[in-house]
Amino acid sequence: MSEVIVVTSGKGGVGKTTTSANVGTGLAVMGKKVVLIDTDIGLRNLDVVMGLENRIVYNLVDVIEGKCRVKQALIKDKRHQSLYLMPSAQTKDKTAVTPQQMIKMIHQLKEQFDYIILDCPAGIEQGFQNAIAGADRALVVTTPEVSAIRDADRIIGLLEANEFKQIDLIINRIRYDMVKRGDMMSAADVVDILSIPLIGIVPDDENVVIATNQGEPLVGNDTMAGRAYQNICERVLGKEIPFIDFEKTISFWTRVTGIFHKN
Amino acid sequence: MGFGKFFMRKSSREIAKDRLKILLISDRVNCSPEMMDMIKTDIAKVISKYMKIDAKSMEIQITKTGTKGRMKTPSLYANIPIIDVNK
Repeated sequence: MSEVIVVTSGKGGVGKTTTSANVGTGLAVMGKKVVLIDTDIGLRNLDVVMGLENRIVYNLVDVIEGKCRVKQALIKDKRHQSLYLMPSAQTKDKTAVTPQQMIKMIHQLKEQFDYIILDCPAGIEQGFQNAIAGADRALVVTTPEVSAIRDADRIIGLLEANEFKQIDLIINRIRYDMVKRGDMMSAADVVDILSIPLIGIVPDDENVVIATNQGEPLVGNDTMAGRAYQNICERVLGKEIPFIDFEKTISFWTRVTGIFHKN
Repeated sequence: MGFGKFFMRKSSREIAKDRLKILLISDRVNCSPEMMDMIKTDIAKVISKYMKIDAKSMEIQITKTGTKGRMKTPSLYANIPIIDVNK
């Protein structure tokens, strides 16, 4: 049975697109048939994060408007056989699509894919309504900042009102050094405030920027964020994976580099 | 800065947590400050029928009494100083 997951946050710039790209890629590596749908009409981004921007012919709005078949708009990933992207339109706006049309299209895609991942736009207007319409599960992305958490709380309320059966939290860009100093909320603090199950903690890692520059998701790589995304994918599949203690990893590396500095 | 003051100082992490807790309660119950003010005046009016209260220094606040889960029974907490029980 296929699962439709929406990646959402309310606030912009907290890492929805990066999360979508990495979770989608990770699930594909694990042998699942995955389609990533960019629902941010007018501001498409998922294609560049995936490094597929040069292969776009048709897009989501073309499919909705009946200009092409669903299959024609799907772009096959560069590296993974079972991963596809449905790009968004860059020239239209969010009113070009209705929730009913999204549900219809997702219904068609369910026949071919195990996982349908929807990258939701920021905000709670029409674009958000379109993105959540066909989904039955949500990943709420937030950062440990007051503004992002407040918006995440609002989003969770809206998802609950829409009777989502599963809503999980991803805390992005945690800086353990700042948490230790008492200058950033810890993952436990954020979970305490938002009161929904935690599915992943992604540390603030410069490798994410590097990966985005190159257009290659870093899930599964030997980087802190790569491992964190890998764990999220495993948990999405229902496996019990303990949370990595990055604090230890950091202190280990500072110790190692510390030795070199002394020499 | 005094020695005691240094230890008494709240970390920005604690400040953020406290601010969010209060903010989200009013966000969740969707209660505007104007409405809170109206509730306050009305409560003061009703209580004043039976006893003499200090309406100026009374406080009302919506708090979450439950320990787990979202929206677990928010409750209205009112602190009303009584000047004289027998009116």
